[in-house]
Amino acid sequence: MRPTSTIETLQTRLGTLGTGTARWLRGWWDIVFFGAQALVMSLSPSSYRSHTARIVARHIYQSIGSILPWYSVLTALISLIMTRIVVVTALSYGLSQYALEMVVRVLVLELLPISAALFVAVRYMAPVSADIATLQRESRLPSWRHDQIVLRDELMPRVLAGVVSVLTLTAVSAVTALLIAYLVAYGLSPWGFEAYTRMVGRVFAPAIALGFAVKTLLFSLAVGVIPVAAGLLNEPLLNPNPSPSTAQSRPGRGQSGLVRLFLVIFMVEAATLAIKYF
Amino acid sequence: MDSLPPTPPTTAPTPPKPIANIEAKAVLLLLLMLTLVFGTVAYVLYARGAFESTQELVLLSDDSEGIVAGMDMTFSGFPIGRVRRVELAPTGTVRILIDVSSKDARWLRTSSVFTMESGLVGSTKIRAFSGMLTDPPLPAGAERSVLRGDTAAEIPKLVAMVKDLTQNLVNMTGESSSLNQSLANVQSVTETLKGPGGTLKVLLGDEARAKQVVTALERANALLLKLDGLAAKTDQQVFGEKGLLSDTQATVQQVSATLNDVRASLQKLDAVLVEAQAVASNTRAATTDLGLLRAEVDNSLRKVGQLVDEINRKWPFARSVELKLP
Repeated sequence: MRPTSTIETLQTRLGTLGTGTARWLRGWWDIVFFGAQALVMSLSPSSYRSHTARIVARHIYQSIGSILPWYSVLTALISLIMTRIVVVTALSYGLSQYALEMVVRVLVLELLPISAALFVAVRYMAPVSADIATLQRESRLPSWRHDQIVLRDELMPRVLAGVVSVLTLTAVSAVTALLIAYLVAYGLSPWGFEAYTRMVGRVFAPAIALGFAVKTLLFSLAVGVIPVAAGLLNEPLLNPNPSPSTAQSRPGRGQSGLVRLFLVIFMVEAATLAIKYF
Repeated sequence: MDSLPPTPPTTAPTPPKPIANIEAKAVLLLLLMLTLVFGTVAYVLYARGAFESTQELVLLSDDSEGIVAGMDMTFSGFPIGRVRRVELAPTGTVRILIDVSSKDARWLRTSSVFTMESGLVGSTKIRAFSGMLTDPPLPAGAERSVLRGDTAAEIPKLVAMVKDLTQNLVNMTGESSSLNQSLANVQSVTETLKGPGGTLKVLLGDEARAKQVVTALERANALLLKLDGLAAKTDQQVFGEKGLLSDTQATVQQVSATLNDVRASLQKLDAVLVEAQAVASNTRAATTDLGLLRAEVDNSLRKVGQLVDEINRKWPFARSVELKLP
């Protein structure tokens, strides 16, 4: 092998790496820009005319209505099992007074918000992302940068549906988990309410409650914005029919939207954990 | 957007089935979410004591370790207050500001004692004790010192003590330790005890002396045999038929008879003494009569004296006793 060919190979690889990094960073910028526009659009009262309001209502109902029953049952079961395990284990070690506090901290503050975000991302936003990518490939969707109607009637309702879904599922699962934790610990007796309420108040200190609210909001924004933006970038969360040329040229490209979403979710989770506990 | 179909963009060629009252259902879902969110916020605020009236209590301590805002202060195991803030006073002491709910403030009295306990497991606990519930209630904003009990702080002292104890044990069980030497001595003593005459050897420290003791014992034994014979002879002399004891018994009988005689003589002497006592009584009575007689004699003599004087006065040859002055 000649030295010149080695240098050429290195140059080619560096060029590929640079191009990929630039595309990756440009993709992030597109996502942030789209998210900002969608957020502004969703906060503008003029966006909710009768036609758009119906579209938003339909997407919200489709997103929440299809997920809420199953998710509620699932979180109730998980909450029941985890609470029971923690309470029984703590009781055997003589630490029962810390069991409920631990359940609330772990389940309500940490596990349920991320579960809701992932559930909405996989069950609702992944097909949405694939649909948008398909429309984008087939050139049936005009550029949202130049056409605000597309942003208002097609993209913003989906983003809003994702955001509202995550918020609703998180609220439902948190309330369900709090109720189940009380029932597991005290049964149907009302006399534990005061002690339980005091424990909840102790857990939800102002900083913790604010962190919980901010984290849930960031999760919902990530789940609402990134899949739609990834579809526009032709990087859907799920790509059931990847084009042969794309799959051969870059195997991971079809799932880059999913990677971006998981990366943001786990970074938010890690950041809030670091802020709260370190 | 006229170029797009009214239905959402999907890959399926058939449009989705229209849902009845979709707007109302979406509004209901939004209302559910808002209710849950605001209900949770209100519940958390209630749990944090945002809606209850409180009075302030300030606890003074020299250490704030383990004290965090939001932790409870309990009375008889029931939380009655919550730490609002922990601050450092200009004097260097720690001020723990506690909000005591007004309905539970009646448990705190002017004589209440406050403690801060740190266990090995779990967080620090602030407790209130009110021994005299008849004392005046604790006023709002009162400042009280808190008594600290820290289990974790006791551990280093305990470890130091255990370390000293272990060192002492090591010293005691060392090769040249007193205990080890004592055990060696005990072992040599038991070895000696196992041999013949071991006990005497241990007691006297020498085999020759042990033999002397044995010889002394043999001699004592022979002496005892001789004493036995001597005792038999003594028994014969003392307790025999004509022994010393029989003579003594006869003598005692004679002494007894003599004593009876003496008793009879003494009884007679008693009678004599009674008579002598009667004589003495008579003599005393006679002495009394003599006193009366003497008084009568004295009286008669005075009368005779007076009579003589009267006669001398009336008598013509009576000598004049007057003195005539020239």
